[in-house]
Amino acid sequence: MKKLVIGNEAVAWGLYNGGIGLVSSYPGTPSTEITEFLAKHDDIHSEWAPNEKVAMETAFGASLAGMRSACAMKHVGLNVAADPLFTMSYTGITGGMVICVADDPAMHSSQNEQDSRHYAIASKVPMLEPSDSAEAYAFAKSAFALSEQYDTPVILRMCTRIAHSQCVVDIGEREEVPMKDYVKQPSKYIMMPGYAKLRHPVVEERTEKLRELAEDCMYNRTEMAENREIGIITSGCSYLYVKEIFGDSVSVLKIGMPNPLPEKMIRDFAAKVKKLYVIEELDPVIENHVKALGIEVTGKQLFSAIGEFSQKTIRDAFLKEGVQITDVPEAQGEAPQVPGRPPMMCSGCPHRGMYYTLVKNKITVIGDIGCYTLGAVAPLNALDSTLCMGASVSGIHGFNAARGSETEKKTVAVIGDSTFMHSGMTGLVNVAYNATNSTVIILDNSITGMTGHQQNPTTGYNIKGDPAAKVDLEALCKALGINRVRVVDPYDLKACEEAVLEELAAEEPSVIISRRPCVLLKYVKPKTPLQVDADKCRGCRMCMKMGCPSISFKDGKARIDKTLCIGCGVCEQLCKFGAIGGKTE
Amino acid sequence: MKTTSVMIVGVGGQGSLLASRLLGTLLTDEGYDVKVSEVHGMSQRGGSVVTYVRFGEKVYSPIVTEGECDYIISFEKLEAARYAGYLRKGGKIIVNTQEIDPMPVITGAAEYPGDVLETLKTQGFDIDDFDALSPAVEAGSAKAVNIVLMGHFAKCTSIPKDRWIQALNKVIAPKFLEMNLKAFDLGYGA
Repeated sequence: MKKLVIGNEAVAWGLYNGGIGLVSSYPGTPSTEITEFLAKHDDIHSEWAPNEKVAMETAFGASLAGMRSACAMKHVGLNVAADPLFTMSYTGITGGMVICVADDPAMHSSQNEQDSRHYAIASKVPMLEPSDSAEAYAFAKSAFALSEQYDTPVILRMCTRIAHSQCVVDIGEREEVPMKDYVKQPSKYIMMPGYAKLRHPVVEERTEKLRELAEDCMYNRTEMAENREIGIITSGCSYLYVKEIFGDSVSVLKIGMPNPLPEKMIRDFAAKVKKLYVIEELDPVIENHVKALGIEVTGKQLFSAIGEFSQKTIRDAFLKEGVQITDVPEAQGEAPQVPGRPPMMCSGCPHRGMYYTLVKNKITVIGDIGCYTLGAVAPLNALDSTLCMGASVSGIHGFNAARGSETEKKTVAVIGDSTFMHSGMTGLVNVAYNATNSTVIILDNSITGMTGHQQNPTTGYNIKGDPAAKVDLEALCKALGINRVRVVDPYDLKACEEAVLEELAAEEPSVIISRRPCVLLKYVKPKTPLQVDADKCRGCRMCMKMGCPSISFKDGKARIDKTLCIGCGVCEQLCKFGAIGGKTE
Repeated sequence: MKTTSVMIVGVGGQGSLLASRLLGTLLTDEGYDVKVSEVHGMSQRGGSVVTYVRFGEKVYSPIVTEGECDYIISFEKLEAARYAGYLRKGGKIIVNTQEIDPMPVITGAAEYPGDVLETLKTQGFDIDDFDALSPAVEAGSAKAVNIVLMGHFAKCTSIPKDRWIQALNKVIAPKFLEMNLKAFDLGYGA
């Protein structure tokens, strides 16, 4: 079957046809669709785990049991799952295991642009890196056999452009792989010092064997041109940009296995070309390897370690070097300067009412990762910090421990329902156990929002949309040691303000659950759009302070866009002149 | 043959993903090598979004850079201007004249440049601007703006209309097909 698919769907097909039996993941852009596409197959076990560490350990457990398994995560998710990764390198696997990780150069939807290849090197685990959907399919499918042949988990590295770009893939049939027998092997699978000491040499030997494989495998290839003036070592989407500019007119060494890197292949290639370049996004991983071989090469001095490349960035760099390039594009003209359009919380977003309350009361807000991070942008400017998943709850504890009663009465942490399940709970235990008078607000919109609506343990549904055990957040927070737990509707500004002020004033830690489902959920039906009565509107701009995209200001009056407004009614509560309502016609 | 580059630009939530998938499916069926690059995640939340579609005999890069674009299809006026620098000399911009205020305009930090298309025209840009929102509403939903625009773009291509209709049948859920076929027709005639 030939099909136009995004890289992530191609990975899913590769894993499926490669005989996967279980996938466990935590959603994260740009990796999410891998697991969503796998979940369409009812003959395998698929699930959203509470976080990436749980996901990877679940996949490990399935591998231990003899099943081919995988997990998928974004680059920062691999930080969370780094603990099992490093020791799984020692234990190896029983059923083949693939760890899919998606980097996000240029940070389209991330808080940093770390380079996952460092993890492969540090954990001594082989890594594959495709350049498009067709390779994503082939590499993912082959990864299980590679994993089993070398007794190691295999990391499949994607990046945003490959994960979310489509090309045609020839998708074959599923290979049914019988489960391997489970045999108790203490010295392989119990990683206490005595046994781990026996495993480390096995890892080093494996790396040597993988180095040999790197010299002659389906992942790395040389494309020699007649012209030997320029040779380029490249990988991932950089390969596509190089081919876009040069076609077959320069020689290319394409790396599809960034760890371990070949040595002889690089030496041979370097010897055949006059001037050698390495073009790789983010860090100089291949470049440093080439330099360590004592080979002269130009890399990061020409091609930045920051952000994404494109055919333009690479073309411009070569033009600066004086390299002849034909067909340089000529633009019609320059784009005019126009106002920016940053992403923002949706019209009717339930987070907005709570954020307005916090801003109005000049509260310091320790933030977290999710749609609600958008509370940081104007006009709300509500957040003081955002670090990583769960850091709001642990962060406020440290903040208050440092500054004491000075800040305890005017600082809150905000965290989403899914993020709280991911790694907020453990921080809350610390708040209770090590006793700071911290106030935590769980922005419970009943879904994992930013990544495109995935179920989580608080929603009552699993990845298939079937009913599942539902975490009772109120009971959970109490069980973790918080006595003061209350629920408010963020569409009710008065109730929000009461809750926030009372809990901040309380002499013990508290949790406020700000509960209202995401307006983009299908079961949330929009109400009648509100309207502004122009005769009553005094143009005070009060309604515009919360940054609703439905409200604009024209000719001295507020105006509501009825195609965007979902009738949440928060602006109606802000208007002191009764100018906003639903029945002004 | 030379690779043709199309950019579909607009505001997150306007349906550019579906438009790019329609185009990708159509061009694949027509036998071209096709690459489509989409946007997911944070930028979708009301931000400026751009998807790329490239087709030809052999296409490597999935993205379009400055001066390379043959057709910019814009769902919103301001967004057409934002990406105008991507248009190659002799390229064409098809734009819905709808105005959606970005947050800096809403907060009063900036003004919406209402005359931006006229300015571009005087600079020699080939701009085909029309109201795609009204036909979409006429077809049954403001959300069908994407298909109205694709209908209008269809006329710029040499691909017969019935092939477009076949592609629509493939990518649109049956429930919304009738409305979208009407939207396509209205765009084609606009």
